[in-house]
Amino acid sequence: MPKIQVNNLSKIYGSSPEKAIEMMENGYSNDAIRKQTKNVVGIKNVSFSIEEGENFVIMGLSGSGKSTLLRCMNGLNKPTKGTIIIDGQDISSVSKQELREIRRTKMSMVFQRFALLPHRNVRDNVAYGLEVQGMTWELRKEKAMQSLELVGLEAWSEYYPENLSGGMQQRVGIARALATDPDILLMDEPFSALDPLIRQEMQDELIELQKKLRKTILFITHDLDEALKIGDRIAIMKDGEISQMGSPEDILMSPATDYVARFVESVDRSKALTASSVMIKPRSVIYPKDGPMVALRIMERYGMSGLFVTDRDGAYIGYILAEDASKMAKQGERLLDPGIRKEAPVVAPDTPLAEILEVMAYTRIPIAVVDEQQKLKGVLVRGSVIAGLAGERREHDGFTA
Amino acid sequence: MDLLPRIPINRWTDIGIEYLQIKWGGGFDSLSEFLKGFIISLQDLLIFIPPALMILILALLAWRFINKKAALFGIIGLYLIYNVGLWGATMQTLAMVISSVVLCIILGIPLGILAAKSDTAHQIITPILDFMQTLPAFVYLLPAVTFFGLGVVPAAIATLIFAMPPVIRLTDLGIKQVPEELVELGHSFGSTFHQMLFKIELPLARPTIMAGINQCIMLSLSMVVISAMIGAKGLGGEVWRAIQRMEIGNGFEAGLAIVVIAILLDRITQSFGKNED
Ligand SMILES: Nc1ncnc2c1ncn2[C@@H]1O[C@H](COP(=O)(O)OP(=O)(O)OP(=O)(O)O)[C@@H](O)[C@H]1O
Ligand SMILES: [Mg+2]
Repeated sequence: MPKIQVNNLSKIYGSSPEKAIEMMENGYSNDAIRKQTKNVVGIKNVSFSIEEGENFVIMGLSGSGKSTLLRCMNGLNKPTKGTIIIDGQDISSVSKQELREIRRTKMSMVFQRFALLPHRNVRDNVAYGLEVQGMTWELRKEKAMQSLELVGLEAWSEYYPENLSGGMQQRVGIARALATDPDILLMDEPFSALDPLIRQEMQDELIELQKKLRKTILFITHDLDEALKIGDRIAIMKDGEISQMGSPEDILMSPATDYVARFVESVDRSKALTASSVMIKPRSVIYPKDGPMVALRIMERYGMSGLFVTDRDGAYIGYILAEDASKMAKQGERLLDPGIRKEAPVVAPDTPLAEILEVMAYTRIPIAVVDEQQKLKGVLVRGSVIAGLAGERREHDGFTA
Repeated sequence: MDLLPRIPINRWTDIGIEYLQIKWGGGFDSLSEFLKGFIISLQDLLIFIPPALMILILALLAWRFINKKAALFGIIGLYLIYNVGLWGATMQTLAMVISSVVLCIILGIPLGILAAKSDTAHQIITPILDFMQTLPAFVYLLPAVTFFGLGVVPAAIATLIFAMPPVIRLTDLGIKQVPEELVELGHSFGSTFHQMLFKIELPLARPTIMAGINQCIMLSLSMVVISAMIGAKGLGGEVWRAIQRMEIGNGFEAGLAIVVIAILLDRITQSFGKNED
């Protein structure tokens, strides 16, 4: 069962939502609805589900309905139509008390402009949610400090928000959200108000934290780079609708609409794409028990200047160059082993393209992509990497070094 | 012009007041007794404290909350009041001002909260406040006397009517000015109405509310001479007597004492509005 299941959710702002919904269902545009009924369509028939522990990112331009959608999750906005099922419970039909309890324990929110209380010091800001729960002073102080440690700000607990930089303030915001130990984090453009460098730092920190905590995160951004970095899955919104949903690779490699494609054009692919998205299948491999003659024959057949060597289970061993193989053949060697270059470069499937380009600059051997079990998953050759940077996907390529 | 007969607002008002008096007279009497008891006790307490000690306390307050200069001003000003023999009158005035201001706060802040939280309440309260503030004070001195007799109680009530509007208005405004995001923060963590009010809205509205209380104190002080006309004593009484006897010098002294008290109270309450460090 998914953690969060959203079905046909719509939100109309205004005084006559029934009329607007009816027009919406009859296919009128948002503009037409606004002109005729004075109502604004916030989101329009949105459905998706989020698994436990997933980082789900919603992105889109200003006014596309991202905040509206997020705020429906904790009832800050009341949906006009549709359901939101969290852990099997429909959020849009619970009582006030139940909703309050859900907000206290199940989910917390991180705000774009931090939303720290200026009259409270950092510790008491972090303890806010615990205080609202009615926890004793000693206990909530202790928990707040633990939460501050997670974001590395325990030394700042007595300071007031105004004494902290933006990045630190948002760390306090995150500590506050984590203090109540919720399952779900709702983050509405949490890093948009920060300088680019700080923003990247915070993204990295969030990713690290998430490795430890495994929360279900709903993260909003209007920055595709950020979406690609943080999201396990990304939903792209336009005019209140989801225009594409998928993994970062899906979105980059096959944008479903012009709207998405325009976003994608602006992205720095070298940071967003990983080895696994641009690698190709090795045409052929060779096993160590095969001799140099076999290796030479395969290379000749495919017109390649070298071959990857794996064992029978596909575990990566090294690379053999044509010139080495022919030298060994002349010397009458029967086994490949002495000629295998074991120091050849390898990368993990999730290595970003930016790092691959650096490795590639120093070697003329194709780069092996090897997973945690040492299995050879694919190879990176210049052609496929450049194609990836240019936005094309190639399944097979000329395998020349 | 005389299409309509004269509309007898004056008669209606008289009848209304008379009705209230007959119907609620007992209530007004006990309220009056209670208020009188409160103001007189406070007055007795203030007079009981030796002037030297009182000056010291006020100077220390000024030093703690404002600065040395204000403390020095307090010592000189208050000593001057003592020196010219207006100490007792000043304490009487202080007691009445404090009583009215406390009443204004007790009534005004909840009304302000109500106005901030409910649009209906806001729409009802606002015109009443406009009315209270623009109606000349002399006009409601009379009904105050009708209900509460002569003396310090009707004076306190008249002061209340005149000085409470800023407390209500600025409480209302202060709460409405709380940034939307902070209100949402409160909701997103599941705050109750109470928690929202006491942990977020009132603390954030404090500077604005304090500005309202400051205005309330100043307006109360501006009422002391008018109050004297219905029998309240104190500095206002001194001024009023001086006016009647054409004693310009005595009048000036009493006026000066009011100014000293006003400046001190103004500075001290203003400093409460700022964030403590
Ligand atoms: N309280 C409201 N009343 C009326 N219309 C609203 C309200 N809140 C949002 N809207 C409208 O709903 C639409 C979606 O707004 P929303 O705030 O969800 O967009 P967003 O994607 O979060 O944009 P941004 O990136 O600027 O935060 C917009 O057209 C907006 O004007
Ligand atoms: Mg938004």
